[in-house]
Amino acid sequence: MTAIERFDVAATARDGVGVSATRPSPRKLNRTAVRFLLGIALPIVLAVGWELAVRAGLAEGRLMPPPSRIFETLYALAVTGELWVHIGATLGRVGLGFALGVIGGTLIGALAGASKLAEEILDPSLQGLRAVPSIAWVPLFILWLGIFEESKIALIAVGCFFPIYLGVLGAIQSVDRKTVEVGRIFRLSTPQLVRRILLPAILPAYVVSLRQGLGLGWMFVVAAEFMGASEGLGYLLVDGQQLGKPDQIIAAILTFAILGKITDGLLASASAPFLTWQDAFAARH
Amino acid sequence: MLYVEAAEKIYPNGTCALAGLNLEVEEGEIVAVVGGSGCGKSTFLRLAAGLDQPTHGRIRVDGETIVKPHPCVGLIFQEPRLLPWLTVAQNVGFGLAELPREKRERRVADVLRRVGLADYGGRWPRELSGGQAQRVAIARALAPHPKVLLLDEPFSALDAFTRASLHEHLLDLWNAFKPTLVLVTHDVEEAAVLADRVLVMQPNPGRIAASIDVDLARPRDRYGTEIEAMKRRILWALDQSLRRDSGEALAPAAAI
Repeated sequence: MTAIERFDVAATARDGVGVSATRPSPRKLNRTAVRFLLGIALPIVLAVGWELAVRAGLAEGRLMPPPSRIFETLYALAVTGELWVHIGATLGRVGLGFALGVIGGTLIGALAGASKLAEEILDPSLQGLRAVPSIAWVPLFILWLGIFEESKIALIAVGCFFPIYLGVLGAIQSVDRKTVEVGRIFRLSTPQLVRRILLPAILPAYVVSLRQGLGLGWMFVVAAEFMGASEGLGYLLVDGQQLGKPDQIIAAILTFAILGKITDGLLASASAPFLTWQDAFAARH
Repeated sequence: MLYVEAAEKIYPNGTCALAGLNLEVEEGEIVAVVGGSGCGKSTFLRLAAGLDQPTHGRIRVDGETIVKPHPCVGLIFQEPRLLPWLTVAQNVGFGLAELPREKRERRVADVLRRVGLADYGGRWPRELSGGQAQRVAIARALAPHPKVLLLDEPFSALDAFTRASLHEHLLDLWNAFKPTLVLVTHDVEEAAVLADRVLVMQPNPGRIAASIDVDLARPRDRYGTEIEAMKRRILWALDQSLRRDSGEALAPAAAI
């Protein structure tokens, strides 16, 4: 029996008796560590393999630089402070665009979910707009809002808006009538019904839609920064291409990956305390 | 305690689910309502719970006409309908929000103990078996100490052993609080074991076909000859009600 199998058995036995573990036990921490190690094994093997291949002269490494050169570039960018400027610019755009998308998507989704009439008026148009590839808005946004920050943030907000709108609308529509009846039997007023039944019922789907929205926000920030920016991680990509610096491109891609993962993890862990009641199916398998 | 005066319910599609139902249930009485599908028994329960309004007539509890869910009336659904984001204790205390915290917790602990789930307060609903979940639902309905408790086929989704044990739990609770119980059921044995009076309803339009008094002392032996005889009597009345209704003998087994 391998160490990992033993962890599995221990976790299953514990979950099987139905102990609700709100505090992470030492075993659970061990399990998290093992999962982390398993997850990073593949990229590390590939990176080390490429590094060795380049050093041994088996590969040239000009268009696909070895990890050591990428980290050198990354380090150099960090030391000069240039990297932080780019990260700050990109984070600011994603943050602002995401915030606008969340506000718009949540409000309009809630409106359409609460009122059949509002849904019938709004939803067909929004579904039509959703079918437009969001990049197609770029020329229009530039004409309307100029080449600077406003058009970039508008594009990101549009990208974040749709999954959140759809998530909120779908979540409200799928709230079980039977659950609402429980609230009626206990004579909840409408605000109480919203607070004690509707909000907790839609929260899981809402968190999923927020994470999808944020993912799209990261996607669209690249498109936005391609359309002319003097700073930002997207600028690093374009700059790397124009000056023939693949190491800079990959360094920027790595930074995107890390930032995307961190922000998604923050969102997930911020919502986790409200979702402990859910079947932790994914966590067990 | 519970007065039904010529209650009639016609749904928007024209179906007359209930035609002029008259009924008087005394305080602390246990009434079972049996009948084939479409006989209006669930409609009657929804009217008494205040979830729907009668088209004509009225339903009064303790002198008050029911127009919306009433604090004196509790309802237990066919499924537990626990709120999955609340612990067992929070579910049981759901209808006690206006009580001060300490009083609420004492009340919750008391009811949970009575349904045999004293140690389950911190569990999540997903960790319960079907029978446990329905016991929590019973505890939730009883926690506000309703004077009338309506039960809509509450044990029909459970296996026979669990059902029998829940009958005992329900009778214990009834002994403790003496609420008026109106139990809609498909199960003739359940009606015979629990009720003081069994109402047999028939469909098209929904009305009471027969009323059978169950004059048997409690505790009752569900395998005894008296219960057997009572079950046969109820079945016979059910059979008659379905025969008269359609002119053809529908299998009464369909109503069990």
